[in-house]
Amino acid sequence: MSEHILEMQGIVKEFPGVKALDNVTFSVRPGEVHALVGENGAGKSTLMKVLSGVYPFGTYQGKILINGQEQPFHSIRDSEQAGVAIIYQELALVKQLSIMENICLGHETARHGVISWDEAHLKAKKALDMVGLSINPSMPIQHLGVGEQQLVEIAKALAKNARILILDEPTAALAEGEAANLLKILKNLREKGVTCIYISHRLREVFELADRITILRDGRTVATRNKADLNEDKLISLMVGRDLTNVYPWKKREAGKSILEVKSWSVYDAAINKTIADVSFTVRQNEILGVAGLVGAGRTELVMSLFNIWGRVTGGEIFLEGRKLSLNSASDAIQAGISLASEDRKRYGLVLTQDIRRNTSLASLPRISKYSVVNGNEEIVAAEKYTHDLRIKTPSIEQKTMNLSGGNQQKVVLGKWLMTMPKVLILDEPTRGIDVGAKVEIYNIVNELVDQGVGVIMISSELPEILGMSDRILVMHEGRFTGELMRAEATQEKIMHYATGGK
Amino acid sequence: MDNKSGFMRDAFQKNIRQYTMLFALVAIWVIFTVLTEGIFIRPGNLSNLFLQTMTVGVVAVGMTLVIVTGNIDLSVGSVAALAGAVGAYCQVRLGWDTAPALVAAVGCGLLIGLWHGFWIAYRMVPSFIVTLASMLIFRGAVLGVTGGTTIAPLSESFKALGQSYLDPIVSAAVGIIAILLFCFFDLRRRFRRVKYSFTVPSWPLQLLKLALGAAVMAAFFGILVFNEGVPYSVMLVLVLAVIFHFVSNHTVFGRHLYAIGGNADAAKLSGINNKKRILQLFTVFGGVTALGGLVLTSRLNAATTSAGQGMELDVIAAVVIGGTSLLGGEGTILGSLVGALIMASLDNGMSLLDTNITYQYVIKGLILLLAVWVDMATRKK
Ligand SMILES: Nc1ncnc2c1ncn2[C@@H]1O[C@H](COP(=O)(O)OP(=O)(O)OP(=O)(O)O)[C@@H](O)[C@H]1O
Ligand SMILES: [Mg+2]
Repeated sequence: MSEHILEMQGIVKEFPGVKALDNVTFSVRPGEVHALVGENGAGKSTLMKVLSGVYPFGTYQGKILINGQEQPFHSIRDSEQAGVAIIYQELALVKQLSIMENICLGHETARHGVISWDEAHLKAKKALDMVGLSINPSMPIQHLGVGEQQLVEIAKALAKNARILILDEPTAALAEGEAANLLKILKNLREKGVTCIYISHRLREVFELADRITILRDGRTVATRNKADLNEDKLISLMVGRDLTNVYPWKKREAGKSILEVKSWSVYDAAINKTIADVSFTVRQNEILGVAGLVGAGRTELVMSLFNIWGRVTGGEIFLEGRKLSLNSASDAIQAGISLASEDRKRYGLVLTQDIRRNTSLASLPRISKYSVVNGNEEIVAAEKYTHDLRIKTPSIEQKTMNLSGGNQQKVVLGKWLMTMPKVLILDEPTRGIDVGAKVEIYNIVNELVDQGVGVIMISSELPEILGMSDRILVMHEGRFTGELMRAEATQEKIMHYATGGK
Repeated sequence: MDNKSGFMRDAFQKNIRQYTMLFALVAIWVIFTVLTEGIFIRPGNLSNLFLQTMTVGVVAVGMTLVIVTGNIDLSVGSVAALAGAVGAYCQVRLGWDTAPALVAAVGCGLLIGLWHGFWIAYRMVPSFIVTLASMLIFRGAVLGVTGGTTIAPLSESFKALGQSYLDPIVSAAVGIIAILLFCFFDLRRRFRRVKYSFTVPSWPLQLLKLALGAAVMAAFFGILVFNEGVPYSVMLVLVLAVIFHFVSNHTVFGRHLYAIGGNADAAKLSGINNKKRILQLFTVFGGVTALGGLVLTSRLNAATTSAGQGMELDVIAAVVIGGTSLLGGEGTILGSLVGALIMASLDNGMSLLDTNITYQYVIKGLILLLAVWVDMATRKK
């Protein structure tokens, strides 16, 4: 038995035009939680895909040793056999199938090809118990929230007898409560001897959970340290290669006159039986209006309904700069000067088959066109500008967005909406999956817009972000605003009080 | 790394799939040339081959964009036949001149396209079903218009569309103008990019590109000129292809179509009116299909009840072989033309060889399968 359950030595992985991993060394001890951190595009997800056989043996250079034995994984199945299970940055459950079917998918409890559902039920139940979920395994996945789905993913991995569990940004889409629950369960699993590799941009979680931390930068291993030898500042400077003094670069400013006013807005969606009831709010020029609340409070639905993308509007009025608007589509809203960067970059943000250039310009085509003919050169100028400003890591703007790392995809979405030059910019979870360094860049860009007179609505489930960047905070609970706080008076406790329905 | 090879490699990697298909086309030509002891490559046969490609080519050009949006049109055979029948009916039975007869036929195609677009975009019926229904409906309409018989003969000017050639001297002029335009636009693009201070290929590379392009065009027009001239139908396809290529790459409309096919939800949130775009596309495509039908009819010099049967398969095969993804979001007009040429070359070569019809079907089917597999395999990388 060697000291390490897993060793990766001299891993090199290249894509056309990109050296994603450049001689990475990474080793994990049995039973530890080992955090893997680094900037967007540092190579974390790629390293884990190499480990789990997504990129099969031969498409990379270097060695993978498990329990001291070299392992050439030719497929995901091979790695599963060796006890490695990965839970991707994007959830990969089959929505139409039940929890039980998902857990057993690919490892059906079958005799001669006939599935034994009783056995499957039992197996699923046992796995769900391990992650502290007490729900009926026959329930379809689509009825679960993101947090629960995440737990089902872990249960699925455990049902395959995984000894090494890889989690790639599992809490990115989770609310604080759910994230805390997940951390608790991972700690429990550690007690039971499961080894865990944990990727996250939330450094607080990393410090709470990890035993050791490996830092990647530009495809190279910078260091592996015990948690005790690091603090948050040191870790950040190892990640980004410089010191970051101020994570939330807020500065004092005077809010201007009201720019967007929404009055008595009511929406109903029959499909998920959800209502937004009689909501009113105002956004002023030169201010960031933070919108806090628990996941599922209806914040996303509220802004989506302004664009007529979600639900049926049953009442209410929108005023932009004092003029009443009737918005029938996203196109109307964009033309009027309201832009919405959605939280779901895969579904509502990107055309993954297209490159950065076309994604960036997609919502601004009329502006760079004459007689409906796109001025390709103007388009390149704009795409280059936002790629540079947002520090998107890519060999060129001709790179397809599906080949970008998660955080860099998010930046492309932001670039697209910045390019529309809106009067009101709605950002729904703008920094999800974005590294600490890049967050600061994004906050700086948002600050600049606000100084130019744009009104910004920022929805975020990360309280520090809300508290750190907002001038004013609205808190939502079950489709209503339950509280409004000015920056000076806002605290985590007060927000949580309102977010849970307190009056 | 020096700049030059970097450019070459980038260009190659970006277009690797198109190059595979071009390579396949050349390979097929070489094989047939050897097997037919040179008959295949003779200008007379090549000119014939281009003519054969055109009916499928016209429709494939439009079908590319339909498939790019994630839709499909199974009714092209019936719609083409109906347009041909309407044109022939107007001329033969009603005694109209050629021009109004053609306009009536194209108008009929546009209306059918509008009908498709309405059901697909505004009533959300999948295009597969809408056009499957149309395949039946308009085959029925063909029977109605023709009365179950063949409508013939057409006037000389109608026949010209599918059978006549531009005068060789005019053809040569057209070829030279086309080459000059190609060079002009490519250089203009270069100078515009220089003005924006973007990197441009070095001059030797730029000239090499121009020379290569000009050589291919010269060979193409040369073959036709030294035969009988450029057929009208070839002109039609070339013009359509240039227009559609431009629309798909350089217009707001084209960009919207690719975005809708790549991710309809994201497109909508980006301010695109998906429904309107789909309606417009299908309407235009109805007109294009009608043009295809007219070329077909004039080549046969008759409107028949069975014209265009199975056309949808040839067209879809051409588009798919040309690298367009049935999942939507990706595809090029040029690729589809190459695809159409591959399919027509197989037909032409095998009939020159007198291959048993049984094998002709089998071989075409296998080639389609192989082409899509190669496409998928190179796409993953
Ligand atoms: N299939 C691919 N083709 C080309 N380049 C790729 C591909 N996958 C990843 N890359 C590149 O490899 C680099 C590393 O990407 P990776 O996804 O591992 O980053 P990451 O550390 O997980 O970042 P994030 O925190 O944003 O998720 C990036 O520059 C990315 O653009
Ligand atoms: Mg990642």
